[in-house]
Amino acid sequence: MARKISNTSRWGFTILAWGVALLIFFPILWTILTSFKSEADAIASPPKFLFFDWTTQNYAEVQSRSPYFRHFMNSVIISVGSTLLGLLIAVPAAWSMAFQPARRTKDLLMWMLSTKMMPAAGVLIPMYLLFRSWGLLDTRLGITVVLMLINLPIIVWMLYTYFREIPSEILEAARMDGASLKNEIVHVLTPMAVPGIASTLLLNVILAWNEAFWTLNLTTSRAAPLTTFIASYSSPEGLFYAKLSAASTMAIAPILILGWFSQKQLVRGLTFGAVK
Amino acid sequence: MATRHQNTLARLMVAPSVLLLLAWMIVPLGMTLWFSFQSYNLLSPGMERFIGWTNYQYFLSDPAFWTAMANTLLLVGGVLVITVGGGILLALLLDQPMFGQGIVRILVIAPFFIMPTVSALVWKNMFMNPVNGLFAWIAKAMGAQPIDFLAQYPLMSIILIVSWQWLPFATLILLTALQSLDSEQMEAAEMDGAGALSKFIHLVLPHLSRAITVVILIETIFLLSVFAEILVTTNGGPGYQSTNLTYLVYSQALLQFDVGGASAGGIIAVILANIVAIFLMRMIGKTLE
Repeated sequence: MARKISNTSRWGFTILAWGVALLIFFPILWTILTSFKSEADAIASPPKFLFFDWTTQNYAEVQSRSPYFRHFMNSVIISVGSTLLGLLIAVPAAWSMAFQPARRTKDLLMWMLSTKMMPAAGVLIPMYLLFRSWGLLDTRLGITVVLMLINLPIIVWMLYTYFREIPSEILEAARMDGASLKNEIVHVLTPMAVPGIASTLLLNVILAWNEAFWTLNLTTSRAAPLTTFIASYSSPEGLFYAKLSAASTMAIAPILILGWFSQKQLVRGLTFGAVK
Repeated sequence: MATRHQNTLARLMVAPSVLLLLAWMIVPLGMTLWFSFQSYNLLSPGMERFIGWTNYQYFLSDPAFWTAMANTLLLVGGVLVITVGGGILLALLLDQPMFGQGIVRILVIAPFFIMPTVSALVWKNMFMNPVNGLFAWIAKAMGAQPIDFLAQYPLMSIILIVSWQWLPFATLILLTALQSLDSEQMEAAEMDGAGALSKFIHLVLPHLSRAITVVILIETIFLLSVFAEILVTTNGGPGYQSTNLTYLVYSQALLQFDVGGASAGGIIAVILANIVAIFLMRMIGKTLE
């Protein structure tokens, strides 16, 4: 039953909520606006909000001063690669835990989750030393594997909570009808599992894209994704606000768009199913 | 009925995940533990030797450690107060009828998707910079002296930046929980003449308690490991004023090359995180029932 709402209070809430939302969003908006300014306009006082000479100069310059595109591709390769690798390992595990739970399955799941809670500082040193002696420092392979490992528990968990919602009666019914194992997988299970796998993929690409402990510590230049590249702007170069903004806008835009599509999965994935 | 054959298959399917995570847990953690009892400096290779608890004694008696410990707790506590308090208020607001609710939601959630190095740098340069930052301009416009936030209030500034990143997370989860509140119950309370405040205290807050606990625990896990925001804004300074435990371990190991000392710090961080983790695991474990 819909509650009766007066038009006044609806407008009141609208104005208040939009005000707060714009305030929270403002730093992002400001970054995007600044990326289209000249360096002089970027530090103008009083600040120029909309009325300045719009230019795309900064985007061109960011690329010409540094191999921006390579860092961008590194981010894509590392985040997508680590997620796909994680899925490859996690799908069978989550599948078997959801459909053929053993006595210890719950303990196993909890244990997997507990590995996620190990603080990075506790294992930074050995990882750094191992990477150094294996020649994995600043390689895409090395950082991809590490990101896969830190996200693996989340991937298994998310998949498990999705798979568990697939009614096992459907499987039995298909078997009764004499479906072969191949048919069972292709025609019955896959269509039901795909949405869960897709959301898991989406959320974990976002998490890996933004990961900024291991990427900062284990990559420096060749394999550096955008997190590391942007961090290099903390030197005086960061005072070139317009270029910093252009580099930042390009770094956040793809994930911002993906993120908005994944709001629902975000809650579920990050709370391990505790809040749906 | 699962046959023996199927059981074996099921185990084989789980095995890769388990073995990988087991290796990821045991190998580096074991090494950290081992290093923490060694005198081991990267600048003098080949001089490693067992020194018992000395690293721990050294680390625990170092004033920098206690500063870092206090900063860690202040950072976690400060961000939690801001994000949970603000998150409840925001969730209540976003749950009200309004125009353009979907867009408002999208705008509020956005900061969560910004990579930490970007948000820290944007705040540092474009907002908190004492010369060209927006805050400095606001201060000057109001006739006040601009504040050099990161030099004068380094930890507070970092708390502000991190809170901005995590407020959306708290809001989103609390809003999700709020939307599952039984509207009939609310109406019944209204019929009984319950005021807004009493509805909030007796109905909404108990309903949210579980989600609030989850938010607190998960944020704590992540906040104990805040790193990038410190690295690109203050480098832990001035002095140790904005160094947390994670950053201290990093600087001890990779800037001062003291593997032994840093490892002792790492083990202490693990113990700290474990205390939180135990509570979180209990909470999540209940959802499996």
